[in-house]
Amino acid sequence: MGAGHAHRLYRRGDSPVHALPPHCKLAAVLCFVLVVVATPREAMWAFALYAALLATVAYAARVPAGFLLKRLLIEVPFVAFAVLLPFVAHGEQTQVLGLSLSVDGLWGAWNVLAKGTLGVAASVLLAATTELRELLLGLQRLKLPPLLVQIASFMIRYGDVIADEMRRMRIARESRGFEARGVRHWGVLAKSAGALFIRSYERGERVHLAMVSRGYAGSMPVIDEVTASRAQWSYALTLPLSALAVCLLGWFL
Amino acid sequence: MTPPAPAPEAASAEAPSLEVAGLAYAYPDGHQALFGVDFRIGRGERVALLGPNGAGKTTLVLHLNGILTAGAGTVSVAGLPVGKRHLAEVRRRVGIVFQDPDDQLFMPTVREDVAFGPAAAGLRGAELEARVREALEQVGMAEFADRPPHHLSFGQRRRVAVATVLAMGPEILVLDEPSSNLDPASRRELADILRSLDVTVLMVTHDLPYALELCPRSLVLSEGAIAADGPTRDILADENLMRAHRLELPFGFDPRTVAAGA
Amino acid sequence: MHVPDGFINAPVSAVTGVVAAGAVGLSLRGARKELDERTAPLAGLVAAFVFAVQMLNFPVAAGTSGHLLGGALAAILVGPYTGVLCISVVLLMQGVLFADGGLTALGVNITNMGVVTVVVAYALFRGLVKVLPKKRRSVTVASFVAALVSVPAAAAAFTGMYALGGTTYVPTGTVLTAMVGVHTLIGLGEAAITAATVGAVIAVRPDLVYGARGLTAPLKLRVGGELVDAAPATSPGRARSPRKVWITGLVASVVLAGFVSFYASASPDGLEKVAADHGMDKKAEEHAAANSPLADYGVQDIADGRLSGGLAGVIGVAATVAAGTGVFWVVRRRRTADADAAASARAEETV
Repeated sequence: MGAGHAHRLYRRGDSPVHALPPHCKLAAVLCFVLVVVATPREAMWAFALYAALLATVAYAARVPAGFLLKRLLIEVPFVAFAVLLPFVAHGEQTQVLGLSLSVDGLWGAWNVLAKGTLGVAASVLLAATTELRELLLGLQRLKLPPLLVQIASFMIRYGDVIADEMRRMRIARESRGFEARGVRHWGVLAKSAGALFIRSYERGERVHLAMVSRGYAGSMPVIDEVTASRAQWSYALTLPLSALAVCLLGWFL
Repeated sequence: MTPPAPAPEAASAEAPSLEVAGLAYAYPDGHQALFGVDFRIGRGERVALLGPNGAGKTTLVLHLNGILTAGAGTVSVAGLPVGKRHLAEVRRRVGIVFQDPDDQLFMPTVREDVAFGPAAAGLRGAELEARVREALEQVGMAEFADRPPHHLSFGQRRRVAVATVLAMGPEILVLDEPSSNLDPASRRELADILRSLDVTVLMVTHDLPYALELCPRSLVLSEGAIAADGPTRDILADENLMRAHRLELPFGFDPRTVAAGA
Repeated sequence: MHVPDGFINAPVSAVTGVVAAGAVGLSLRGARKELDERTAPLAGLVAAFVFAVQMLNFPVAAGTSGHLLGGALAAILVGPYTGVLCISVVLLMQGVLFADGGLTALGVNITNMGVVTVVVAYALFRGLVKVLPKKRRSVTVASFVAALVSVPAAAAAFTGMYALGGTTYVPTGTVLTAMVGVHTLIGLGEAAITAATVGAVIAVRPDLVYGARGLTAPLKLRVGGELVDAAPATSPGRARSPRKVWITGLVASVVLAGFVSFYASASPDGLEKVAADHGMDKKAEEHAAANSPLADYGVQDIADGRLSGGLAGVIGVAATVAAGTGVFWVVRRRRTADADAAASARAEETV
């Protein structure tokens, strides 16, 4: 969509994972995360196996480990919480390095960290191998209501517009000698938010009029039909199915 | 996906391409832009709509395919009234080329952009491909089909914008300031393309020499109403009329000494 | 406040998932009246704005993370139904693209940050606009208050879900104090940005503010030098039938009743503390240890009489919404028997 068809998370490539139809990938990631979350937290080895599965996918998609690890930083706010859990949770206490920690809290922290990290890693892999436009097409094919797909596609388009307008307004402010420092300037920034909104809207409105003029009625027309073959589906679903096997083992062992 | 609804009332072959009667409109903030516009354009005509900035030209254009709804008055395209009932069909028949091609081109490649309109109307596969190729050939851009639009020059982008509209097989082509920001060579290329097309053209502009070059007939829109309607050469030569409506010819340009376009 | 995977147990995730799906289903229906051709991109812009605003994260002690929510802004600018859709889209895209908030916790996240903020903010906003003098300034004031209250409300709702289905047992009082405390501060920032944005938009393009649609003066047209009255534009905000307003109000109050009754009974955490001091926590601990994702629905608390009221409230809402959605799907399925007919109907409605 617009200039936003390549996003920062995307990593261009022609691996077999890149070539998969987007809806297969979306379905695979969703099933994988569901399976991971349904795994008992005591089965630590299962989480190691999940990580190994994701590493295999990353290898097949030729996504370097450094790229993946850097993108994983997004979960830092959750980690901050998980670290606190052993201190604030109640229940049986245990002594670690002279600190009194809650056993339940430790398990909770592990649970959030392990499942959260695996979920984030799966999403990062999806985003790294799928263009935004494809992702929207995938959601459309997975029967997400068209109105939601429409809002999402406008949102992505406006993301670029907003960033662009924000940069221009900052340049205009700074060339008149204004710099945001401290609380006293928040008022100015809040007023800029209003102006930013109007400016972004009016720019996007013109694009929308052009689309409507050419018969756009709420959903993107299908120009190139993307159909997934049976082979592609089974290739994509290898990930959640092997995860499911691990999960079942985790419950019965 | 909405397949094009069959026209409920077949447009009569005799109906003019465009007919506007008593059109008035005020924006929601209270600012009134149109105060009763009347004109008609016959099939195959090329007409210029002249007027200074703020005369209501763009507002009028947005009424032609029902993006704005008339406060009072009517617009009809080839006999079909512009209204909620026939909106899809009206939008297929009226092709608007907006002033800024960057607003018009929003798909990742030229080919997908040109395919957007016909695909929205339900065309698929080989038929769609043929339509896209034909439209791109009409504007001489066929070899750029797989390029991203924002990598083209401004003139090329405007030609692609024209192709996106031609691909829908419109009854009337409406161009908003087609010559703005074009260098002289691109300007001439676009003029050649427009002359070669077999459709009704309404060209909204304040570029008077371009109007004279392309359009035998002109309308003057001033303060939200039609102030003059006649042969372009006569209108441009009427100094009182021109001055009254803030229309100025470029320095040294004399419409009486230039061969009018056909 | 984005809840990651594995943070809230499966039953509560599932119930909130149903609540969220119901709310989105209802909103999809309602949004058709709010959105026309001109405002569809506005919904996208609001979503993009909310997306940007939610990127400003502050870590919160006993919550996950705190940030501006944007629900009030969405509700006021594009209407409550579309507002819910905007926030849901933001949360979905954040989950899929940036892995912010778990995919299995999507229901929790949508219910908290989408439904609760929008419903609270919009109810408050409408009420204030009705009470305050009919001026544009009132709209700005009302949006300030609505935004201010909506954020701690969402924090309280989060605490409620955590108390019911948190995978780790942390005293409800601790979570509540931390979450609501921090989010009241965040609410101030949210209120400032919401009021400034709504104020700026209403000054330049009042036609874009859904919440102010009743305030525009009737238009006049000058045709042929004479002033004639223009046909009054239909305002979707006014055109709703009283029955629908009534139903919306009912659903909103049931949701609120659920959470309020929950807090009325659960907030005195002093009691909990007493219980813990007297060794009554042993039972809770036992259950907390058996805390697999498929553990029984809120076991550690269900024996607690103080909670049953709130629980009943929430279950009631869930049942109501589930039934509502069921009806909606049945009606819709019958309606969409002919896909083409439905598509053209949609085209006509959005147009």
